[in-house]
Amino acid sequence: MNATLPQTITPEIPRPPQRLLTYLEEGGHTLGSWLLTTDHKRIGVLYLYSILFFFTIAAIAAAMMRMELITPPGDMVTSETYNKLFTIHGTTMVWFFLIPSIPSVLGNFVVPLMIGARDLAFPRLNLLSWYLFNLGGLLAVYSIAVGGVDTGWTFYEPYSSAFSNTHVVTMVAGVFVAGFSSILTGLNFIVSIHKLRAPGMTWFKLPLFLWSTYATSVILVMATPVLAMTLVLVAAERIWGVGIFDPKLGGDPVLFQHLFWFYSHPAVYIMILPGMGVVSELITCFSRKPIFGYHFVAFSSVAIALIGFFVWGHHMFVSSQSVYAGLVFSILSYLVAVPSAIKVFNWTLTLYRGRIHLDTPMLYALGFIGLFTIGGLTGLFLAALGFDVHVTDTYFVVAHFHYIMVGGMVTGFLGGLHYWWPKITGRLYPENLGRLAALIIFIGFNVTFFPQYVVGYLGMPRRYHAYAPEFQVYNVMSSAGASVLGVGYVLPLIYLIWSLKHGKKAPANPWKATGLEWQTPSPPPKHNFAQTPIVTQPPYQYSPEIEEELVHG
Amino acid sequence: MTFPILPEQASDIAEQTDNLYWGLLCLSAAVCLVVFIPMIYFLIKYRDGKPADRTPRHLPEYKIEITWTVIPMLIFMCFYEWGARHYFIIERPPPDAMEIDVVGKQWMWKIQHPEGNREINELHVPVGRMVKLNMTSQDVIHSFYLPEFRIKQDVVPGRYTTEWFEARRPSSYHLFCSEFCGTSHSHMIGRVIVMTPTDYENWLTKGQPGSTLVQSGERLFRELGCSGCHMGNSVVRAPPLEGVFGKPVPLNDREVVAADEGYIRDSILFPGKQIVAGYTNDMPSFSGKVSEEELLQLIAYIKNLGSQSPPEKP
Repeated sequence: MNATLPQTITPEIPRPPQRLLTYLEEGGHTLGSWLLTTDHKRIGVLYLYSILFFFTIAAIAAAMMRMELITPPGDMVTSETYNKLFTIHGTTMVWFFLIPSIPSVLGNFVVPLMIGARDLAFPRLNLLSWYLFNLGGLLAVYSIAVGGVDTGWTFYEPYSSAFSNTHVVTMVAGVFVAGFSSILTGLNFIVSIHKLRAPGMTWFKLPLFLWSTYATSVILVMATPVLAMTLVLVAAERIWGVGIFDPKLGGDPVLFQHLFWFYSHPAVYIMILPGMGVVSELITCFSRKPIFGYHFVAFSSVAIALIGFFVWGHHMFVSSQSVYAGLVFSILSYLVAVPSAIKVFNWTLTLYRGRIHLDTPMLYALGFIGLFTIGGLTGLFLAALGFDVHVTDTYFVVAHFHYIMVGGMVTGFLGGLHYWWPKITGRLYPENLGRLAALIIFIGFNVTFFPQYVVGYLGMPRRYHAYAPEFQVYNVMSSAGASVLGVGYVLPLIYLIWSLKHGKKAPANPWKATGLEWQTPSPPPKHNFAQTPIVTQPPYQYSPEIEEELVHG
Repeated sequence: MTFPILPEQASDIAEQTDNLYWGLLCLSAAVCLVVFIPMIYFLIKYRDGKPADRTPRHLPEYKIEITWTVIPMLIFMCFYEWGARHYFIIERPPPDAMEIDVVGKQWMWKIQHPEGNREINELHVPVGRMVKLNMTSQDVIHSFYLPEFRIKQDVVPGRYTTEWFEARRPSSYHLFCSEFCGTSHSHMIGRVIVMTPTDYENWLTKGQPGSTLVQSGERLFRELGCSGCHMGNSVVRAPPLEGVFGKPVPLNDREVVAADEGYIRDSILFPGKQIVAGYTNDMPSFSGKVSEEELLQLIAYIKNLGSQSPPEKP
């Protein structure tokens, strides 16, 4: 008997005599069975391999930058190399790790399971998007291997079309192709969540991870085409000299910034909303409570996705855009902070009168709330027009978006990965090592990025290969923290791989959680459920007050 | 080893930015208290294994949600207004400020004083005077960042941007390029040297400039042949430039534009873009024939003509 009330009532049909083959067994272990699979679970695992590869490249670039920045003069690598390093780090982290991290890995694996479906709506399209993603990634890696790109991930004009002597077009082509993968994945999630929900699973019985995935998918589908257009225009200007952004050809470089941020600011929400979704799952499960304010948490995701489309100009307060445009973008930036604040308050109140288990995923969820709150608050600093003039394009901004993207999204991804790891692999990871790694990452992260707020306010510009000596003390702290953070990231890599062979076998529902994904064996059979589940209750029907009696009684 | 927290406050604007910083830090501290103290309290009190009252309480959900939606929103609006007011002070140069021209290029800052003095990567200014910079770039986007003054403005090719400050005391301050501009971006740095008014006058005289900006512009105006059409009783009909600067100019397509620096620049480089009402475009483009500094000299000259009255129509 489970300690929790199950979310579903499965019709009492006699179980089939033999055990169903898991998705890892059925279809075989051959390379072909993986590369031609249309099973969303296998594709999720394929994505995990891909993003791990790209994360490694981006992390090596970051490590080299942090080493260079220990001393003020540019003495370890040349300026060209340094500029290429931060471009590798930015492009790879944004497009080949962060954007696909939670949606394409965890989303692919759990979205169909959570809605009680056998697969996504378009399984072959799903496989195609993995291939497009890797094709884009390989183009990006190729551009790095043959010499690199030095524009930064933002490709600002007219530098990227008329001045850079590096492989801009190849890199842009890589990002362009990977964009189609984003669009197809987003489309697949939207259709699946609309059409494939199990009987009884109404919109307000959806787990909150699905609300956030849905909001993310809307952004993926609506914003990515704008990026694709913009990149095509950059390439056209670079190759054929079509005058669009370069003033020498009669173009407008600020127009590029408008187009780029029209995609890239919503893309920031692609890189945080899924993390918020994971945290909603984790907080409820590990405090054994229904979420406080379900509707508000759900609709705050939608609100963030919608308002997020109208704040792009806050990247451009000193770009020479009109001061009145600045006023509008500033007020909208403050408004988009409200739904984020609502989420944090609801998560906190969910803990009240709960039964809190500090397992690894919960530690990551709490770390997420702490780091995201600090990142979000400093977002309010940057939204204040007169304040932004001083700190934009300094390390203050670097610290801010790392608190959101690394402190938020990567922490959320690791929390989700540990939470669903038993479901994905059928094995349990070593809990104590997991907690230790979560702690090391939290400490290492803060030591790395908090000093960057201070050095940013002191005036150290970003993308500086060499810097003024008075900034050194904070850079040394930052580099020291980065090495701690590095240890924190290697640790899970080791014990998770170890657990694949040596971890304890996982039961179907090791966390006694309520979601549909826990109602099927770990790892799930190829078609997820022996019978289509029927949903009768809202999500998160945990009862902390009776649980102890059930467990001990 | 020192751990500085704030750069020096070199101007009143710097002090106001720091005040806003402290205000935002107080807001952050308040939010952290409201979120983290209850969170830690709940984590300790309701940890599994500890006896605590866990019977569900029916909290007034809608009231709570509305409260923590509306209150943060109102507080945010106060900070929005504070930031916006400060931004308007930073972004709008006072009309009586002294003007200095800045041209960014990979990877140096070229500066022209109205008196004709030129310098590279150093900007000499007098203390206690409002200084307005007219800036452009001859290649990619740069950004003119003075951290001790808490001001920054992108320097964009193809258009003029402005930035202003008023230094409090004689000293030397950082100048950084803060928009990534290529290989030696981090070496595109310099100093702002604030001097007493007398020292500044001495510095200007010691520089021994051959001619002022207006004079250089006038010479160029003749050498490039502009005066042949735009001056006095020329045969070719071109709009006269006396009294034009700063005034509205009616165009052939019935639009009216303000004759600012950008308009003059476009008229020199892209003469066909905006044609003055009543004229045809016979002017050749000077794109590629004049440097950004020369353009600024021409503009200084035409600006100077702006204070003269337009000639009588024949």
